[in-house]
Amino acid sequence: MQLLEYVFSAAFVSAMLVTLALTVLSMALGVLGGLLLALAGGSRFRVVRLLVHGYVWLFRGTPVLLQLIFVFNVLPLVGLRFDSFSCAIIALSLNEAAYMAEIIRGGLLAVDRGQRTASHMLGLTRFQTLRYVVLPQMVRLALPPTGNQLIGMLKTSALASVVAVQDLLLVAQRTAAGNFDYVNTLLAAAVHYLLLTTLCTLLINAVENRLDVGRKSGRRQRRETRALATAGGR
Amino acid sequence: MMPENLIEAQQITKRYASTTVLSDVDLHIRRGECLVLVGPSGAGKSTALRCLAGLEKLDAGSVVFQGETFVTPTGTRRHLGGAIGMVFQQFNLFPHLSVIENVVLAPRRVRRLPLPEARAKAEQLLDLVGLANRRDYYPHELSGGQQQRVAIARALAMEPTLMLFDEPTSSLDPEHTREVLRVMKQVVDLGMTVAVVTHEMSFARQSADRVVFMDDGRVLEEAPTERFFADPQTERARSFLSQEAW
Repeated sequence: MQLLEYVFSAAFVSAMLVTLALTVLSMALGVLGGLLLALAGGSRFRVVRLLVHGYVWLFRGTPVLLQLIFVFNVLPLVGLRFDSFSCAIIALSLNEAAYMAEIIRGGLLAVDRGQRTASHMLGLTRFQTLRYVVLPQMVRLALPPTGNQLIGMLKTSALASVVAVQDLLLVAQRTAAGNFDYVNTLLAAAVHYLLLTTLCTLLINAVENRLDVGRKSGRRQRRETRALATAGGR
Repeated sequence: MMPENLIEAQQITKRYASTTVLSDVDLHIRRGECLVLVGPSGAGKSTALRCLAGLEKLDAGSVVFQGETFVTPTGTRRHLGGAIGMVFQQFNLFPHLSVIENVVLAPRRVRRLPLPEARAKAEQLLDLVGLANRRDYYPHELSGGQQQRVAIARALAMEPTLMLFDEPTSSLDPEHTREVLRVMKQVVDLGMTVAVVTHEMSFARQSADRVVFMDDGRVLEEAPTERFFADPQTERARSFLSQEAW
């Protein structure tokens, strides 16, 4: 079958890896940037808060595609030369950071104030409070929307084909341009996207389960029951 | 010579917007005593306690802790590193950590105690509050009374020189209130310096060395426990005590 041949062809598999790399790297940098923006957004300096607002306003208010083409075409004019893959990473992660900043800000706000007060009275420094008390709770709150963003990023990464990154969409289009078999080439790309989104969904579910406090206690109870059973057996 | 007062609030005033919550309050806690703050809701008891803890910005006055000026209207002077332990009405346990992890966190990260040592200490304290068998549970699996007892163990783990209890039983039912009060009595019996804001007059009668009566942001009365209950000096305190169910 022609479709399967495309799916397993070297060109499509390596394109899938490019899409995956693009997604993972942009997402990782986006999360990191979002975290920094969210923390800066809580600064007591008005200027810093305004800068964060400005950033989010700019990157959420313009199309990602525009940002991508801008990075690709304008950065070389000021002497910054990157290959198209790097340009795509820069644009996608700058954009993602704006969205992640809002998600993380929401998560930080949802952590009860009493948690910080209790940490302070126990003698934890501000950094320790963030590291051991606030961030772990924020992560649990921010995880579901972040999973959503990850799935979104997998598909948004297809925009990188516009600046000639050899991702799934570009490879599918190029293959079709040679043999006019649009149906099977595009379907092959779709199969790869579906595989990736399914994989990400499973991964997100696994992480959510692992971090779920309720689940953890479930594990403890099973462990205890086992221990009791062994103790009783002796 | 060590000053007799472990902590002292001098003429503190605290306002929220236009409401004055505390006006010119003098308050001191002597080493080794148990002080109980009583008074009607909104009297400023909790705020006074939070001021002692350095959690509130003062509008006037200062707090002196162990002979050193600690809080002034310009801010809190130093980070205490856990020297004042506090127990809150809402418990404020860390929900993502198990009971033992809650107790161990600060000694490990602030005191840099090695984990086995911190754990051994934590287990002793959980034993003291009667929850040694719950050490691997998560806060949401515990009753309110149990959570509050864990919170007490968590504060004690830092070996504070002063323990503050801010309405520790106000969100508990009578049965859980009793179990928490029992643990608090144990803490007092250990000889720790303790200050408690509470509506539990039975606890004040039993455990307090001294009672401070507050109303409307002022200290109206301050007396040894027996004298306060037997012979309150102000009309306000008399009517308060007659309303209180005990």
